[in-house]
Amino acid sequence: MAITFKPDETFRGDFSFRNSPEAIRRFPFPFTADKFQYSVNIEPHTAGPRGSCCEFPIDIDEHYVAECRERAWCLATTSQRYLALPHMAQAQWDVLELIMSSLARDYPEHFHLERRGTRWNWVNRPLGIENRFTFGDAKTLPYEPLEYITRQAQGDWCVLDQRDGTLWLDAGMVTTQADWSLDFDLGMNFNEWHGPVPLAAELGVFDRALKFLMNLQLTHPVRRFNWTMTIHPRLDTSPEEYPRWGPDRTIVTRENAGDLAHLRVELQALWRLPRSNAIVFSIRCYLISLSELVTVPEWGRRMHRVLKGLHPALVEYKGLRRIRDTVVDWLSSYDAE
Amino acid sequence: MKHAETIPVEVAHIEQVTPLIKQFTLRPVGVGELPSFSGGSHIVVVMRAADRTFRNPYSLMGSPRESTSYQIAVRRHDGGRGGSLFMHREVALGTQLEIAHPVNLFPLVKLARKHILLARGVGITPMMAMVDDLDESSCPWELHYGYRGPGHDGFGARLRARFGDRIVLYDDSAGDVPEFARILANQPLGTHVYTCGPADMIKAVDQAARAAGWTGSHIHSEQFTAPPVGAPFDVNLARSRLTVHVPADRSLLEAIEAAGVDAPYLCRGGVCGQCETDVLERDGELIHNDHWLSDAEKAGGMKIMPCVSRACCTRLVLDR
Repeated sequence: MAITFKPDETFRGDFSFRNSPEAIRRFPFPFTADKFQYSVNIEPHTAGPRGSCCEFPIDIDEHYVAECRERAWCLATTSQRYLALPHMAQAQWDVLELIMSSLARDYPEHFHLERRGTRWNWVNRPLGIENRFTFGDAKTLPYEPLEYITRQAQGDWCVLDQRDGTLWLDAGMVTTQADWSLDFDLGMNFNEWHGPVPLAAELGVFDRALKFLMNLQLTHPVRRFNWTMTIHPRLDTSPEEYPRWGPDRTIVTRENAGDLAHLRVELQALWRLPRSNAIVFSIRCYLISLSELVTVPEWGRRMHRVLKGLHPALVEYKGLRRIRDTVVDWLSSYDAE
Repeated sequence: MKHAETIPVEVAHIEQVTPLIKQFTLRPVGVGELPSFSGGSHIVVVMRAADRTFRNPYSLMGSPRESTSYQIAVRRHDGGRGGSLFMHREVALGTQLEIAHPVNLFPLVKLARKHILLARGVGITPMMAMVDDLDESSCPWELHYGYRGPGHDGFGARLRARFGDRIVLYDDSAGDVPEFARILANQPLGTHVYTCGPADMIKAVDQAARAAGWTGSHIHSEQFTAPPVGAPFDVNLARSRLTVHVPADRSLLEAIEAAGVDAPYLCRGGVCGQCETDVLERDGELIHNDHWLSDAEKAGGMKIMPCVSRACCTRLVLDR
């Protein structure tokens, strides 16, 4: 079934982004209990219910065209958002194949892929793109393969090389991140780039997660959910842009919290790649304002309790210190208890 | 089950490359292509014999760019569990088999400035695919291949014909053996060495490399450990509430699988850790044949790798 895109939505300036009732219905609400705690919450990335954000391995929704425009703007006006170390060339083609074949298979109304040996033809109708190219020959595409295809996909994409007993962040397209820097992290390994996360290391979460990911197999991708909060439906909350979005945390009031404060959920999926033996890690960002969120009563109640009882270290790490009390106050009228 | 998704294939070609080694060409059944893979990968081949099912890992030898067929080579072992004998004697043109998706536990390191490949006998198989990947790159490399004697150099001759001087051959019967110390000496920083062959060869290369100042992160190996046969024994599976008899010519993992229990596995050769199982009760000794558990874990007797290890116990209860 074809999706109705909202191509003129914005994620900056006038922030015209809104979720339709359908988008609210399929929003990946991440909390399964009234208290939140870090865990190795990795599960097989298998097909979810029809219409859900996990129905297909790579999800396209009504915000697709607008998000691709936002990414293009980001790449044109900020720097170091797309970086790829030279030894990841093979992995880039693996990712291009993964995204193109998934989209063409799962959204045939919008995407088409024809393969004749290494001669491929790719059609992206929503973005008005058609390219005939030679798979494996970067000169036949207008950008490097990873940049080319991730300009046509929602969410951030990180490509991890597996060597020396760990994973290394050696390439990425990162324009919708929750306050981490690709420029700073490029070339780091698994434990290094998770350095800033509090509490989880003591729980042994990262050791178990890394061991699991080192044995990630072809055709058996996994996923997990991560969450934080953002003021305005702003996708670009990179550290480098902090002067632009940081001050937003000071403008939230009891009156505007419903419209300004957004729950930001990341659907993170990891696939083993065939030719490079690398891993691609996608971070697909879903935003919902609190006003939209409380239209589902159970979500409003649970959100209130999770935020009220959040460990102080997590309040700090997730950047919620300035807004937490205001947001909890706003949500309290949706939690009768 | 994690590995339930297998790919049905048909044997399209068989070649006796050496007196002990047969090469099999596998094509997908019906329409479609086989998945791309990275050099160094192996597949687990499921062979359904009359009275048992073998699941043996074999390295992919063909070009990773070739998606219409896979190539594997099987060395005949006369005293083993019978998997290689099944391949040599029961499998013919047109035989249908199932294969799992490729897994790579022996990859080339992308940041290497030079690659040295060392192989002996059937250990050449993963490297046949690795050199195809190396040929696509501009990175310097060389391969040293030892074989037992005339008539056993089939793979070596093919590699020489294709790559010339990058390939150095050693005829065992002529007293020609690779001197690892000499090969590994004076290599540029950033060189990685990969060894595939018998255990004593892997150990000798490791010792020579370290003696020459190489660091462990630049020394890689793959060992083809077929699960050793041994005295039969019984094991109690606590979660499944079953007692399983492990015959002499079946691995503990195979016996667990034959009893209908879905146990995790990956490499089936004792190196990847996926089948690690807790020992709940034990009266006797475990016979560790793996390369995964630490010395302390082996001595502790609380863990076992069922794909290759066995036991000599009057009572053994596992967490399966």
